[in-house]
Amino acid sequence: MKAFTYERAATPAQAASAVAGRPGAKFIAGGTNLLDLMKLQIEAPVHLVDVNGLALDRIEPTPEGGLRIGALVRNTDLAADERVRRDYGVLSRALLAGASGQLRNKATTAGNLLQRTRCPYFYDTDQPCNKRRPGSGCSAIGGVTRQLAVIGGSKSCIATNPSDMAVAMRVLDASVETVRPDGRTRVIPIADFHRLPGDTPYIETALERDELITGVTLPKPVGGTHVYRKVRDRASYAFALVSVAAIVQRDGSGRVALGGVAHKPWRMEAAESAMPQGAKAVTARLLADAQPTHENAFKLQLAERTLAAAITQARS
Amino acid sequence: MDSPTTPMISRRDALIVGAATAAAVSASNATPASAQPAPASPAAASAAGGFRTKLSLNVNGTARALDVDTRTTLLDALREHLQLTGTKKGCDHGQCGACTVIVDGRRINSCLTLAVMHEGAQVTTIEGLGTPQNMHPMQAAFVRHDGYQCGYCTPGQICSAVAVIDEVRRGIPSHVSADLTARPILSAEELRERMSGNICRCGAYSNIVEAITEVAGSKA
Repeated sequence: MKAFTYERAATPAQAASAVAGRPGAKFIAGGTNLLDLMKLQIEAPVHLVDVNGLALDRIEPTPEGGLRIGALVRNTDLAADERVRRDYGVLSRALLAGASGQLRNKATTAGNLLQRTRCPYFYDTDQPCNKRRPGSGCSAIGGVTRQLAVIGGSKSCIATNPSDMAVAMRVLDASVETVRPDGRTRVIPIADFHRLPGDTPYIETALERDELITGVTLPKPVGGTHVYRKVRDRASYAFALVSVAAIVQRDGSGRVALGGVAHKPWRMEAAESAMPQGAKAVTARLLADAQPTHENAFKLQLAERTLAAAITQARS
Repeated sequence: MDSPTTPMISRRDALIVGAATAAAVSASNATPASAQPAPASPAAASAAGGFRTKLSLNVNGTARALDVDTRTTLLDALREHLQLTGTKKGCDHGQCGACTVIVDGRRINSCLTLAVMHEGAQVTTIEGLGTPQNMHPMQAAFVRHDGYQCGYCTPGQICSAVAVIDEVRRGIPSHVSADLTARPILSAEELRERMSGNICRCGAYSNIVEAITEVAGSKA
């Protein structure tokens, strides 16, 4: 790990200001992803601004009938919250499908949204990677691609977003709240929060460098049956090959987002009108522009079958 | 789990001595006798507090003062600075669970958190759960059920298992809980899922599940 200096922030705006004022500074919350990457020198901040002391660890009702989740609410606490379990089951399920008990105890809501890819070439510092070293090339293209993206990729990057939580947030139409050093706040719809790689795969979100996530808001509950199905190489504690977050209503309508297939949670509202016709019709639209490799083309069929299983589960 | 009082110089000690010598030769930086590389930019040290930090932890009921490099993980603080070597370093990347300790009542991977982020925290390690003469019920159950072979993952398994029972008691659901809104039960399936962050290369899993089941049953 490269040496760094350290400070504890007193307020969200002060934290943002501390990062703004120091090139190479970063926020640290749970640290479960950042410290892993720092040990490998994939991340090498010169200064860490610890935001754990900020009072952003509550889950509160909103005037609109939804929930506001503080940025520092730990994954365990969010998954276990009575209101989340009752009204946003897909979110509890997604969180519980990710990582291990130890990691969920530490990892935060905001940190989960900012998780970096587990593409093996991003982690292998001996290989070119446009995310890790912009302009160096993509080793994944033409390499081992079984885990990687089947849709939304570019000539620069075919990495996937590893988060389960973000897939549920996407299907729930969550909004990300942020603050800047001057105290200005903004709300970013989750659909616009994560980016596709394009020519700049190292820019993964809509956040500015000195912008701190303060919370995530969920709209009023939409009812329906909530399902999160994750298919992976082990029964537990592994990243998704494909995951499905679905909310299925009694009349067969519903919402669907996919994980493990793209650089961001993959949802197309236009595909959801096909929900009553079943999984094949939905995934045919959702994945119409897929460009899989020979190694990961199985994900297209796996996505269809996982959605079919999710719909069956919801109706049972 | 005897305390390491042997006078022999271990390979690790020899490496630390070697690193200290190397650091002493490099007069221009103030890096302590850690095995870490020298700071990339000494100028950054002066800007906000430097590369070292003082902190206090309550470890196994005892207040401990530390003066460490900011890079020091909680795991290294426990093992290298407080000589509590019961907590093990396996992968050092949060994938194996050997470093699991209980901080402020919750199990975490001590390798993936910085000591400096835990000012004032209450830390329980395997040494704080029990002693060879007075074992924690979970330690005794692991012995009874042969819940280990080489023993390297065992401190992490036991700290994790103690916390798992508490998590179930607090009603925290898991991936395999059939009903999200019902109180979770302590079935073998639940224990396997909840313990999935602790890897055992020897494969003592079935005995580990039996040991935890026994302790959970006697507490219910």
